[in-house]
Amino acid sequence: MRKLHHVAAACAISAIMLSGSVLAQAPAAAAPVKEETGKDIAFNRTKGNCLACHAMPTVPDAESTGTYGPPLIAMSARFPDKAKMRAQIWDATVMNPSSSMIPFGKHHVLTEAEIDKVTDFVYGL
Amino acid sequence: MKKQIIGKLLMGMAGLGMALGAISVHASPEGDRQELAKYYTSKYPNIKMEDYVYGALAFDADSKSQYDAIMEFPPFESEVEKGRKMWDTPFKNGKTYSSCLPNGGNQIAGNYPMFDEAKGKVVTLQDAINDCRTANGEAAYKLNDMKTMGVLTSYMRTLSNGMIMNIKAETPKAVAAYEDGKKTFYGRKGQLNFACASCHVQNAGNRLRSELISPAIGHAVHWPVFRGGDNLVTLQQRYDGCFKQVRAVPPPQGGTTMNNLEYFHSSLSNGLPMKASVFRK
Repeated sequence: MRKLHHVAAACAISAIMLSGSVLAQAPAAAAPVKEETGKDIAFNRTKGNCLACHAMPTVPDAESTGTYGPPLIAMSARFPDKAKMRAQIWDATVMNPSSSMIPFGKHHVLTEAEIDKVTDFVYGL
Repeated sequence: MKKQIIGKLLMGMAGLGMALGAISVHASPEGDRQELAKYYTSKYPNIKMEDYVYGALAFDADSKSQYDAIMEFPPFESEVEKGRKMWDTPFKNGKTYSSCLPNGGNQIAGNYPMFDEAKGKVVTLQDAINDCRTANGEAAYKLNDMKTMGVLTSYMRTLSNGMIMNIKAETPKAVAAYEDGKKTFYGRKGQLNFACASCHVQNAGNRLRSELISPAIGHAVHWPVFRGGDNLVTLQQRYDGCFKQVRAVPPPQGGTTMNNLEYFHSSLSNGLPMKASVFRK
């Protein structure tokens, strides 16, 4: 009798585990691969990690931001030429050799396509 | 025409003079230290030089009071106690650390790193401890082993608490080693292109994300630290972490680059009191 209980319990547990794992896998398999946005790249700590140094006062979820660099705001007014802003992201030490900003393009921290996306995102701030 | 040439020559000479002047300002370790102290104190006039031993805590009253509370009953006391036992335990030949280090190992940490003329290189306190071990027939500890060298120095360095940091670079060879360390400190490294100075000079007092960044003066006096209260980290182990954070390959601990860096870096804290084994975030 006791044995039967054990078997029943074991079956129940494995059934839960099975359905659990199927449930967990199903949405992941079904969901299409979401393309990374400029914001995703900017916020990713291993990619742009912009928030480590810059505040984004107009972005509500840009929290506990660093103060190494200036706040990123009114960017299109500050950079009438968007290409100049992109060049800053690519290698800020060209304009200012003592800049501590990471040369994202020159040192291949981001790909050219990623820099384009980040440029679009930051330019809209 | 002639006047123009003379004018250009004069300007060139003035430029050369300025360049030489700039070099002479940097020529002495004490000059470097004073110049850096002036840089920080003019940027942050309200922070007293003696508070630089608290690092980033000097910039933030809340963090400093948290530190004070933790230091009343440090959670790492048992580790330091282990270090004391290691220090007191004689070698197999019956001799002890205190019998082979200067002044019994008391009030000496502020003299290290020192330039050893006979060896022709910089010797850190950790190196001196290992020399002591090998001279007495014991195997050297690995410098990056926090369980041995780390724990031992977490006690040993407290024997120098209160001593004033007093790093000397007086002979040409010593100054060359110091200059090499300075080059490492100010040179950009890694994929992220940071120098030590990018953060700890240019951005001291700023926040990197939510972390307040400490100034380089006052850094070297309080190692090892217990990060988060229980994670023991020696100074060169921290350098190792810094190298990795900027995605650079760290040079080996105890090698010329690391030792010369520690030599230069420690000299920036000359005049400040030592206090080992403290809490840091």
